[in-house]
Amino acid sequence: MNWRNLTTVYLKELRDSLRDRRTLLSTIIIPTLVIPLMVFGVGKVMSKVMSQAQGDSSPIMIVGGEDSPGIVAALKAERDPAKNRPVFRVVPTGDYRTAIGDKKIRAAVEIPTGFEAALKTGDAPTVTIFYYEGEIKSGLGQRALEKFFTDLRQKTAEKRLTEHNLPVSLLKPFEVKRKNAAPPEKVGGNLVGGFVPYLIIILCFTGAMYPAMDLTAGEKERGTMETLLCSPVPRVDIVLGKFLMVLTGSVSAMVFMLLSMGTTAFVGGSIMTGSGTTLKVGAAAAKTTVDVMPTVDPMGLFGVLAMVLPVAVLFAAAAFTISLFAKSYKEAQSYLAPMMIVVIMPAVIGMLPGIDLNVKLAFVPILNLSLVCKEMLSGIWHWDLIAIIFGSSSLYAAIALMLAVKMFNREDVMFRA
Amino acid sequence: MIEAHHLTKTFKDKKRGLIAAVRDVSFTCRPGQIYGLLGANGAGKTTTLRLLATLLKPTGGSATVAGHDVVAAPELVRTHVGFLAASTALYGRLTAREMITYFGQLNGMDAAAIKARLKVLSAELDMGEFLDRRCEKFSTGMKQKTSIARTLIHDPAVMIFDEPTLGLDVMTARAIVAFVRECRNRGKTVIYSTHIMSEVEKLCDVAGIIHDGRLVAEGTLSELRARYAEADMEEIFVKAVGGEAAIAAALKN
Ligand SMILES: Nc1ncnc2c1ncn2[C@@H]1O[C@H](COP(=O)(O)OP(=O)(O)OP(=O)(O)O)[C@@H](O)[C@H]1O
Ligand SMILES: [Mg+2]
Repeated sequence: MNWRNLTTVYLKELRDSLRDRRTLLSTIIIPTLVIPLMVFGVGKVMSKVMSQAQGDSSPIMIVGGEDSPGIVAALKAERDPAKNRPVFRVVPTGDYRTAIGDKKIRAAVEIPTGFEAALKTGDAPTVTIFYYEGEIKSGLGQRALEKFFTDLRQKTAEKRLTEHNLPVSLLKPFEVKRKNAAPPEKVGGNLVGGFVPYLIIILCFTGAMYPAMDLTAGEKERGTMETLLCSPVPRVDIVLGKFLMVLTGSVSAMVFMLLSMGTTAFVGGSIMTGSGTTLKVGAAAAKTTVDVMPTVDPMGLFGVLAMVLPVAVLFAAAAFTISLFAKSYKEAQSYLAPMMIVVIMPAVIGMLPGIDLNVKLAFVPILNLSLVCKEMLSGIWHWDLIAIIFGSSSLYAAIALMLAVKMFNREDVMFRA
Repeated sequence: MIEAHHLTKTFKDKKRGLIAAVRDVSFTCRPGQIYGLLGANGAGKTTTLRLLATLLKPTGGSATVAGHDVVAAPELVRTHVGFLAASTALYGRLTAREMITYFGQLNGMDAAAIKARLKVLSAELDMGEFLDRRCEKFSTGMKQKTSIARTLIHDPAVMIFDEPTLGLDVMTARAIVAFVRECRNRGKTVIYSTHIMSEVEKLCDVAGIIHDGRLVAEGTLSELRARYAEADMEEIFVKAVGGEAAIAAALKN
């Protein structure tokens, strides 16, 4: 290995890649835009849809209730004082199941016969609410109906107590209050920890992918590989110089994403805390109400960067070796596309709640990274596991790199007929 | 100087099985001479030249190029060789200057030496006008000139040309031929493969006819004319490979 040769090859590949539109797109432009697009784009669209759905009166159907005109009238008259509009828009009764399925109405309520009479006599009739599980708007309608009837139940109970000259406080012997106990950076770690490692892993791979294909199969296809092999530079130096460029692509994708994430958080911080839609992108995040602005522990971020490095080396070497085998850019793409799934799967599994890092999982490449990042971002440091992960990832990376050098020396790979 | 001794190359191919591309080929090319390697499509010209340029490793036999063994010291061989083939393309996103400079660096030259050499080559090949333009937009002639400058940047003692006039128009082809002759006049060892008989007659001091991986005839042009009692190179070629029937048989494979 000769540093001068290596640097010559690397600098040439760097210059060449900076002139390649596809490489620029995948290593700089997409990583820079992905976070702002997700937070401001998807987040904004989602919160807009939500507030619009909340802003409309819920169309509902009333099934039965002919002998309970008071309740029906109250439903129709129920108003949302904050938005100054009726809560429900009662649709003439029909086939409510189909109507819910077709999203013509959000929910339906079945009022049993003799409901109003039963309230007076003290019987306990059952009101049934029909809705579409998992459908956001239907859920809104269902919750509004449920609120209406629990309020009614409360009022009825209070009325009965006063009728018997009993204090209303009997109904509420104590209060329950909810308060967040996690420090802000841990909230941030859990919210961010879910999807940041996932994004980093994917971008690391796509960042490596295009330079890898361009520098190997692309060169073979364009006929420059043979020209390069004519030079007296030992093959090892060529491989390492090229590999370093692929690694640069991978790392730059990650760095540009993190930079743009920092900027986005900084610029968008006020907007995000205000609306509470902070990082709704993370699945479970939406349900958590955050009363403190979530911040990410900078130490955690450094930890993530350190742990990602061997994985970036692994990706760069793997993408390099695989596309080296291909004769053309297209062929390389058809090899690397399925690799994408191999990469995403463990990353997704790592995102699921409930899967925690242990000694065995610390040896599983990619999944271990995704899990340890989640921990580090929320301030948990299992040093023994971190050592295993760093060690095993480095080992896998070294093996992949050795394989790349080996492939480069194989005539049947370099001169495939 | 190039010396090949019983050079053999066998490829393993999934569909075709074992392919003996070069079989027991021995020859010598001396400095100040152009050795013409003549052969039909698939005869084994490219494979032979790639063996000499150490792009491929021989399965048998040996060769020394500029005094170094192709198996034992391939990197040393490559420092003394300029290899030009239809399959050695240019980096499209680099300019001609960047391309040639890169290969100067790869050959271990320092910046000043590269600059001086590039100035000479660019004047000789009349490249001034397109030196700082990107190679992807070049005409075939400009590309070929840039490639030649690329092979000559380190002033190698041995030049290996694999069908360098393939696909060029008459004017460009003539310029290339003139340039190859110039290389010989400067005392370089030149080996030149082609299947164009007129080029052999115009250019080569010694010709070797390769057929089905074997060197079937070799000698100076006058020796070959005397041996086959023919004046025309094409007739000599047909006779050397075993007549029309042999050519027809080779085409079937
Ligand atoms: N990498 C390879 N793998 C398998 N077979 C090969 C390889 N390279 C060449 N061959 C085979 O070896 C034989 C000689 O090929 P070669 O390219 O040396 O011929 P050539 O004389 O240069 O022909 P052409 O005039 O077409 O360039 C052919 O049958 C070819 O198919
Ligand atoms: Mg050929």
